[in-house]
Amino acid sequence: MDTDQHGRRKILECMLWAGSGVVWTVAGGIPRSSLIGAAQAAEAGFSFAQISDSHIGFSRDPNTDTPGTLQSGLGLVKAMPAKPAFMLHTGDVSHLSKPAEFDTAEKILAGSGIDAHYVPGEHDVLAEDGTKPFIERFQRGHKQGADGGAFYSFDQGGVHFVGLNNVVDLKSGGLGNLGAAQLDWLKRDLADRTASTPIVVFSHIPLWLVYPAWGWGTEDGAQVLDMLKRFGSVTVLNGHIHQVMQKVEGNLAFHSGRSTAFPQPAPGAAPSPGPMKVDASRLKSMLGVASVSLVQGQSALAVIDTPLGA
Amino acid sequence: MLRRALLLAAIAQVAAGEEAEVRIDNFTFAPDTLTVPAGTRVVWTNRDDIPHSVVDAERPPRFKSPVLDTDEAFARSFDTPGRYTYFCGLHPHMTGMVIVT
Repeated sequence: MDTDQHGRRKILECMLWAGSGVVWTVAGGIPRSSLIGAAQAAEAGFSFAQISDSHIGFSRDPNTDTPGTLQSGLGLVKAMPAKPAFMLHTGDVSHLSKPAEFDTAEKILAGSGIDAHYVPGEHDVLAEDGTKPFIERFQRGHKQGADGGAFYSFDQGGVHFVGLNNVVDLKSGGLGNLGAAQLDWLKRDLADRTASTPIVVFSHIPLWLVYPAWGWGTEDGAQVLDMLKRFGSVTVLNGHIHQVMQKVEGNLAFHSGRSTAFPQPAPGAAPSPGPMKVDASRLKSMLGVASVSLVQGQSALAVIDTPLGA
Repeated sequence: MLRRALLLAAIAQVAAGEEAEVRIDNFTFAPDTLTVPAGTRVVWTNRDDIPHSVVDAERPPRFKSPVLDTDEAFARSFDTPGRYTYFCGLHPHMTGMVIVT
């Protein structure tokens, strides 16, 4: 393989990952999702994008240009026919919580001109002062649910959005963790909402148990899901696992968004959840992914692995 | 593989005042249980391509490493006999134990 071809392949790979953001359109109170980059007709309605796991600061096989792939992802969000009202970033903005990483990420994300709402990933709270630097940079516009909590809610387009933090105070042998204070706040936050209000909850680590052996779930996530059961339309978004995964359970639709930095293996498909050293031929098969739709209240406990290609 | 097995066997029998190593790789601590005499300095080295940390499971933790990027290490001397369970602060399903005799 000559150098040029290799270089071109690298760029193609990057574009593929970058193309993995998801755009959500809320029509009739039911959010539907489709992969960014899919041919898509502009629809009337309120839409937003999910972007995740930028990992600015990561610079190893298989991606030595995470700023570039984040930039590409944002380019695709901007090019959407139905302009997203904003983005939800589901965490791991940075790789090591370093100020320089946050600087780069903030500059690129703000440079997109698209409003964004963030929740932290475990890679974003590694500084001595924990959540503080992340809150100051990425959650400035929000009233915190608790001091330093890095969780909040807001309303837009008739939808109630709740950003949760399940990446601090983690317990030995455990999973993601919300804690009693956050759960109490959430109970109060949801108390005044009518059951017909569409709810979107977003966090970094999945609130549902995707694969506990790799820590892909939240210890007290079931309590959140209980609180959400009375609502007619609930969408639960997360990052962390660097792959698209979806399931519908009653009125709850779960969706894991992909990373703009590197892919991770399907549960149990590798010895560990570390970055996949994906080769070009494998990545090409990802081009087959076109769109995903949520079917509310139809499938029973179906985890739908979005096919990565033909 | 054989070399690694021999290395681990050697680690399990360190003498007092010596150093023992725990290798972090593939989201695991190896060996996951390390038995050492009091006075041993235990060194954790991250050989994974993802950052990890070493945090005592007790609250509040008696020891806690900074985040360890690839090839970074953290060391702590264990002078008091006992069982020390620890975990990765980023990936808490990763656990290990140091038994000090």
